[in-house]
Amino acid sequence: MLSSVLGTIFASTITTPDIAWSALIPLLVLSGASIFLLTIVSIAPKDLPPSFYATYTGLAALASGIAAIPLWIRVQDDARGPFRTIAGGYSVDGFSLIITFLILLSVLLVACLASEYLAKEGITGPEPYALIMLSASGGIIMAGANDLIVLFLGIEVLSIAAYVLAAMDMRRVQSQEAGMKYFVLGAFASGFLLYGIALIYGATGSTSLAAIRDFLESTELRKDALLLTGLAMALIGLGFKVATVPFHFWTPDVYQGTPTPVVAYMASAVKAAGFAALIRVFYVAFGSYQSDWQPIIYGLAIATLLVGSLMAIVQTDVKRLLAYSSISHAGYILVGFQSGSDNGVVSVSFYLITYAFMVLGSFAVVSIIGSLNSGQTTIDDFEGLSNRRPILAAVFTIFLLGQAGIPLTTGFFAKFYVIEAAVEARSYGLAISAMVTAVIAAFLYLKILIKMWLSDDTGSEPFSRLQARLNIPIRIQVGFVLTISAGFTLIFGVWPQPIVELARNALPIIGFS
Amino acid sequence: MFALTIGPGYYLALSAMLFIIGAIGLLIRRNPLIMFMCIELMLNAANLAFIAFGKEMDDLGGQISVLFVLVVAAAEVVIGLAIVVAVMRRRPKATIDDVSVLRG
Repeated sequence: MLSSVLGTIFASTITTPDIAWSALIPLLVLSGASIFLLTIVSIAPKDLPPSFYATYTGLAALASGIAAIPLWIRVQDDARGPFRTIAGGYSVDGFSLIITFLILLSVLLVACLASEYLAKEGITGPEPYALIMLSASGGIIMAGANDLIVLFLGIEVLSIAAYVLAAMDMRRVQSQEAGMKYFVLGAFASGFLLYGIALIYGATGSTSLAAIRDFLESTELRKDALLLTGLAMALIGLGFKVATVPFHFWTPDVYQGTPTPVVAYMASAVKAAGFAALIRVFYVAFGSYQSDWQPIIYGLAIATLLVGSLMAIVQTDVKRLLAYSSISHAGYILVGFQSGSDNGVVSVSFYLITYAFMVLGSFAVVSIIGSLNSGQTTIDDFEGLSNRRPILAAVFTIFLLGQAGIPLTTGFFAKFYVIEAAVEARSYGLAISAMVTAVIAAFLYLKILIKMWLSDDTGSEPFSRLQARLNIPIRIQVGFVLTISAGFTLIFGVWPQPIVELARNALPIIGFS
Repeated sequence: MFALTIGPGYYLALSAMLFIIGAIGLLIRRNPLIMFMCIELMLNAANLAFIAFGKEMDDLGGQISVLFVLVVAAAEVVIGLAIVVAVMRRRPKATIDDVSVLRG
């Protein structure tokens, strides 16, 4: 009896989908490195030094990036081009690879920042590094997801690790609270995303983006309401991850409470992965529904731009201020995203790349000031920074001017290209609101700059408290992050062609136009 | 015996109701444990919808999706409970209103 059952099981061959393992190597290297790190730490007889973990994480990110280079060459080769694998569930194209590189770069730079900051906070274990690598591998899954369930799994891998990272600094009440809020609201958004996926599945009969596109292009849909409800709920879930208004309420609290290097990771890598997922879902699967979703994105973009830049003005904490500024940057990316064109994709990629450098650099400066100043990062703590640390103040100035979109920085071209894409799509109102909010946003960056450079109120208490500790030299890793970010922002601010060329090579997105 | 057949529509209505109960509960309840239950309710409402749609279309994809979601939901609750235990250990009563240092 048993033997006959076993016989039938072994006789019937189960066909598994073809998996191009080479396409998954960057992902496997990073997630494998994370698990391997935890393994060696539990085997090792003595505690390893924190600098080892940071070096290990940086090397893992580098190895993963190097493993992705052959894929990039293959995708750029006209004869072979982009492809899908795992039964169409994962796509490897220029866009997914650019986002992968961006996430890995963010992991590398955050690892440089983290060791010193976390050691000062009394966190010496390997967990933050393992979690950052795991979270980044979730981001890489999102970048290439070509199936809604794969996308959901990617988001959850990314987010669940990020919830823990936010709550990592257990000694500080703020960090615990940030983790709690991030978790509850994140899970709420995941619920919406998942229910949206279920409704889209019910309306179209598949969760594969390619199959959904084919179905929508060939069929007069019977259950339109079901599909549009599903799309709206998926938009809520994804809009939460990239912090668009009105799904942004978590951002200021989480950014303020979370350890600063982790915030740098959230603002660069998590945002990039979220926008990659948005582009894939809306451009690939719902390309034929563009006239339905464009007005919604239009409204979201205007609300995000306005709320982000107006709320930032009244903030007194620099981390909170940068949180609102990251919301307004999400608004600019939505302006490019709304155009629904190839140029839109290029402008979004360009914006994500340049913004990642500016925001990593900004939070590097904030983490230096914060760790010198027992975690406090109010605007007053930056008062008179130019007197004692002129180079640090100058570098921070570059990042803030870049975020404000001043010419001769990459931030100017980033804003220019998204607005250009919006104008080409005839969204003139949106383009004008983007320009007006750029002026409002410039004010809030100037507020910090004035405190740093022009304040002569040197007798105040925060100033002297900070000055007393400011002669500690900057570690070489942190200096590396600052140099790379500032150099990128300035060099490609006068010579943006290579980055534009790179973003253009991200096309075509598989399954879109 | 009973002529009444319970079609997929009933399951979908139930799942929509569960989802709404979960979403509203998460917004109005203050006890973190009840909030977790509400999150579970939302995710499982989506599971029910997946199965109902899969059954209606005679497609296995819906049921497979549920297996993935179950794993994710389990992982999410583990992390959530750990964060709640860590946060509430230094506070006498477990309500979410106590978590309000960050505002501005």
